[in-house]
Amino acid sequence: MVENSGSKIFYQDRSIVTPGDLIAEGEFQVPWSPYFYKIGNKYYSAITGLLSVKEGNIFEVIPLEGQRYYPRIGDTVIGLIEDIEIYGWVVDIKSFYSAYLPASSLLGRAIAPGEDLRRFLNIGDYILAKVEAYDRTINPVLTVKGKGLGRISSGVIVEISPAKVPRVIGKNKSMLEVLTSETGCDIQVAQNGRILVKCANSLSEETAISAINIIQSESHIKGLTERIRAYLREKLGGSKNDASAEAKTNT
Amino acid sequence: MMQVQKPRLILENGLRTDGRRPDEMRPIKIELGVLKNADGSAIFEMGNTKVLAAVYGPKEMHPRHLALPDRASLRVRYHMTPFSTDERKNPAPSRREIELSKVIREALESTVLTELFPRTVIDVFMEVLQADAGTRLVSLMAASMALADAGIPLRDLIAGVAVGKADGIIVLDLNEPEDMWGEADMPVAMLPSLGQVALLQLNGNMTPEEFRKGLELAQKGINIIYNLQKDALRKKYAEYKEE
Repeated sequence: MVENSGSKIFYQDRSIVTPGDLIAEGEFQVPWSPYFYKIGNKYYSAITGLLSVKEGNIFEVIPLEGQRYYPRIGDTVIGLIEDIEIYGWVVDIKSFYSAYLPASSLLGRAIAPGEDLRRFLNIGDYILAKVEAYDRTINPVLTVKGKGLGRISSGVIVEISPAKVPRVIGKNKSMLEVLTSETGCDIQVAQNGRILVKCANSLSEETAISAINIIQSESHIKGLTERIRAYLREKLGGSKNDASAEAKTNT
Repeated sequence: MMQVQKPRLILENGLRTDGRRPDEMRPIKIELGVLKNADGSAIFEMGNTKVLAAVYGPKEMHPRHLALPDRASLRVRYHMTPFSTDERKNPAPSRREIELSKVIREALESTVLTELFPRTVIDVFMEVLQADAGTRLVSLMAASMALADAGIPLRDLIAGVAVGKADGIIVLDLNEPEDMWGEADMPVAMLPSLGQVALLQLNGNMTPEEFRKGLELAQKGINIIYNLQKDALRKKYAEYKEE
């Protein structure tokens, strides 16, 4: 319980809140979130989530459930091209709305009349994009302007629940660090619950994917980062030596 | 099973036909995430009443013109399975089920933060697996738990219990004979931490004094149920805290 000049937070850091729980009373400078709401000067939780309290007077509710992604401007997402329109693409981003990617964002110019957008992105293609605009009145608009954004040409996409994304990244990216350093893969976690895994060989790829699935199903059990590290070492320990032995014979 | 004569509902020792005290509820059991394909699901049991609820959404509304521009719409179906009653119930939706679907939808609209998801739809399905009085409230609670399981933002969980009058005595959480032969039946559902009433119906006669007493008794029961609901949601993450 934190008290601060008449303002009060009723829960400790990292406690679990359920819908309707009174989180705090008073005036707080907290960013708007769909996961809590305010009546008068009382803040209530709207979901089952983990409450994180920072510096005594800032709090955040991190969802523990949820199959769909709530778009936020600036988030990196992996989208699946669903449909092609005259001036852009309709993209599935695992949200409750389809996103829209205007062709000008990808091409960097206006579209010539009669130009076939299928040449650039076809249905079934994955893209790495950023959410450029979204509010209650419009569906999310994506952009691929930026480093590393655009069509995904290689790798595997792993789907997890968007609520589990923070767990795959971990505190200060600790979990992601373990995944990338142990497998040697290039792993991109998008905020909407899609993960791009690029690996040198199929064994490390399979291991990385099964590790992600373990994280997803056991996300609430403590000591997961260390167990994942042990799991990856056990699975890949032998193969790394094999690979180096193979390299020696080749030379 | 037709009884022509009204049975005694309160026995000599002051207990009810099933051995409960007048202010005692039936045992409650809540299970979450019971269906794999649904976004959220729950089974809610209260004595012999057992309801399965499933939630899908929010998702884009098709056809588009039915979507509401400022909030999500709720599509709610309350249905009794043919095997839920002692005689086979025709599975076609009856007048009663259509009305209860509407009543439950309106109660759910008071808690779901629909304005967060304009132009979308949330589907809620409830199947009564076993009926033994109080199905509308158990369905409503099952639906609210399934919505919470789906991670859809809610103002509060809904908890509800019926109060009634049997042999002139105010009783909590009616069972089938009390529902059938009692003098009054009043289902009450609330958003407990906000202190708001989400559903209130009354069948039969009560004096204003009895009504007040009944509502107070219902609130007591609702608070007990509310804590059980919160425990059920928390239980899944009991170990989460420790890391």
